[in-house]
Amino acid sequence: MLEIEDLQVKLGDREILTHIDLEIKTGETHILFGPNGSGKTSLLMAIMGYPQYRVTAGKIRFKGEDITDMPIDERAKLGIGMSYQRPPSIHGLKTRQMVQICGGEKPLSPEKLASEVNFTDFLDRDINVGFSGGEIKRSELLQLMAQEPDLLLFDEPESGVDLENIALIGNTISRLLERDLKPDPVKSCKELVKERKRMGLIITHTGFILDYLAADRGQVLYQGVVACKGNPVDIFRQIKETGYEECCRCIL
Amino acid sequence: MHTLKDKAEEAKKRKAALGPDVDLDSFDVTAEAHERLPNLALVGGEDRERMIQAGVDISESGRAGSYIQKDGTAIYAAAKDEGVEVIPIREALEKHQWARDHYWKLLSVDTDKYTARAYLDLHDGYVIRALPGSRVFFPVQACLYLEKQNLSQNVHNIIIAEEGSELHIITGCVTASHVSRGLHVGISEFYVKKDAKLSFTMIHHWAEDMMVRPRSVGRVEEGGLFLNNYVCMKPVKSLQMYPTTRLVGPGAVARFYSLLVGHPGSEIDVGGRVFLEAEDTRAEIVSRAITNGGHIIARGDLSGQKPGVRGHLECRGLILKGGLIHAIPELRGSADGVELSHEAAVGKIAQEEILYLMSRGLSEDEATSTIVRGFLSVDIPGLPEGLKAQIDHAVEVSQKSVM
Repeated sequence: MLEIEDLQVKLGDREILTHIDLEIKTGETHILFGPNGSGKTSLLMAIMGYPQYRVTAGKIRFKGEDITDMPIDERAKLGIGMSYQRPPSIHGLKTRQMVQICGGEKPLSPEKLASEVNFTDFLDRDINVGFSGGEIKRSELLQLMAQEPDLLLFDEPESGVDLENIALIGNTISRLLERDLKPDPVKSCKELVKERKRMGLIITHTGFILDYLAADRGQVLYQGVVACKGNPVDIFRQIKETGYEECCRCIL
Repeated sequence: MHTLKDKAEEAKKRKAALGPDVDLDSFDVTAEAHERLPNLALVGGEDRERMIQAGVDISESGRAGSYIQKDGTAIYAAAKDEGVEVIPIREALEKHQWARDHYWKLLSVDTDKYTARAYLDLHDGYVIRALPGSRVFFPVQACLYLEKQNLSQNVHNIIIAEEGSELHIITGCVTASHVSRGLHVGISEFYVKKDAKLSFTMIHHWAEDMMVRPRSVGRVEEGGLFLNNYVCMKPVKSLQMYPTTRLVGPGAVARFYSLLVGHPGSEIDVGGRVFLEAEDTRAEIVSRAITNGGHIIARGDLSGQKPGVRGHLECRGLILKGGLIHAIPELRGSADGVELSHEAAVGKIAQEEILYLMSRGLSEDEATSTIVRGFLSVDIPGLPEGLKAQIDHAVEVSQKSVM
């Protein structure tokens, strides 16, 4: 479970998140909406533990542990992983090596994993160097597939992806979050859902991702605060109709 | 007639254009002769260990030939592949007119006091020659080993890839562990004849108080390819070299790659210079420099003299723990339609790259060394797999001293 309690975050001198309360129960996936500059990426970076996103008040707890001051690599080891929107390029580090880094001690086959996201041709290329927007998304998913975190943070996983690959991305995320339930001869669907461990927090602008997985909740960030919580599909429909103006009314 | 000797005598005190001046008189020139070995397997003790570190394969199983010099003596020289000759230079100059025809032909003996010394007090050196049309599959190995403290080791090498041949050379220069001070003067003349391919990889393992002054010039004829790789990741007091290559035949190609690490107290001034003198010639100079507190000057100079020639220069420097990196890329175009470009970057490791790797589970130190390893892994096209693996290994081993 991820619990965020009255979190305040500063980037430089600027307060970018104020009084954030958020709870993602084990097995739940939430969608994070919000206009540009509302603090969505900042919230993900703060959860991941980027030091420039300074927590000035409040707490972040994960799996019952207070991780507010925990370094980024320890959070990764505890089971938090992130798919970045614009990850840095690292010259001389092959995608294959990166997949192995993500896998840690686990034995894994980069080829096999890469074939699932149509990315085998990129294994021997330097990570993110010259990758297109869509290629970056697939590379990030590949890394998370190797890392297998329990809490997955997605920063706009569908932006820049062509229509051909959007289903691939959507289905892969659904699988990563254990949302791809198949009929099981022994267990009922309800039991399977109960057993679900993975948690997700997904930033989306386009809402495409909602076509591929049924998220449990939606949250709207507006000017650094959570302005609305509810059914993600309802929220998305509302935003499409009235824009974020309506959210403004809720926080005033 | 103005002989080589006269010219050398005149240049005996001539300071070099670059690098701190070395007091030649503070080093010994007399080196006790060592025994010539009939078999490389007879090298024993510490010598053996150090040579292996420098990349020497004592078994010679993956080698087309070997040349090993200890201090002033060629202790072993033999070719295993019939397409190649490996001969100590003194012997070659005595016996072969072709060797004399390639001696001091690319480089002037009066360039500076180091070239003069290499003529006047020549110890030995190697002549490695691939016969016309021969494709020498395995690399030839050479090792210049310095066992005597405070010696000025003066070496002259001639490398010839005859027409249509292919030759790979891996050479290691290394000091014995008890040697802290010394001077290495190394003259190299590279001849890449028509349609020949030569790769030359030099790995230096010096000591804290070593002065190193290589002087080398290459000449590449029509359709020839010259790959020149240089790795120096161990401490050295002062290293200055500016290897130069002239592309004299149409379609000739030169590629220089260097990996440099500057440790505290090290002063390194290394460059690469290519003259693109014929049509359709191409050149690439890539350098990667890391400093831990040392001073590094990374030079590069491309001079395009015919229309349509192409060259690219890339200098990247990483400052890990203090020190200085000075990248000096120079481009000179003197004909219509030359295409010369450069990119240079000096900085520290980007924090965002470290954090990215940490978010995948690496500690900060692991992330840093992963980035450094990536920085130093340069893809060198045209190298045989085995040789590439050896260079990677040498970099891997040397890298431990960086972190």
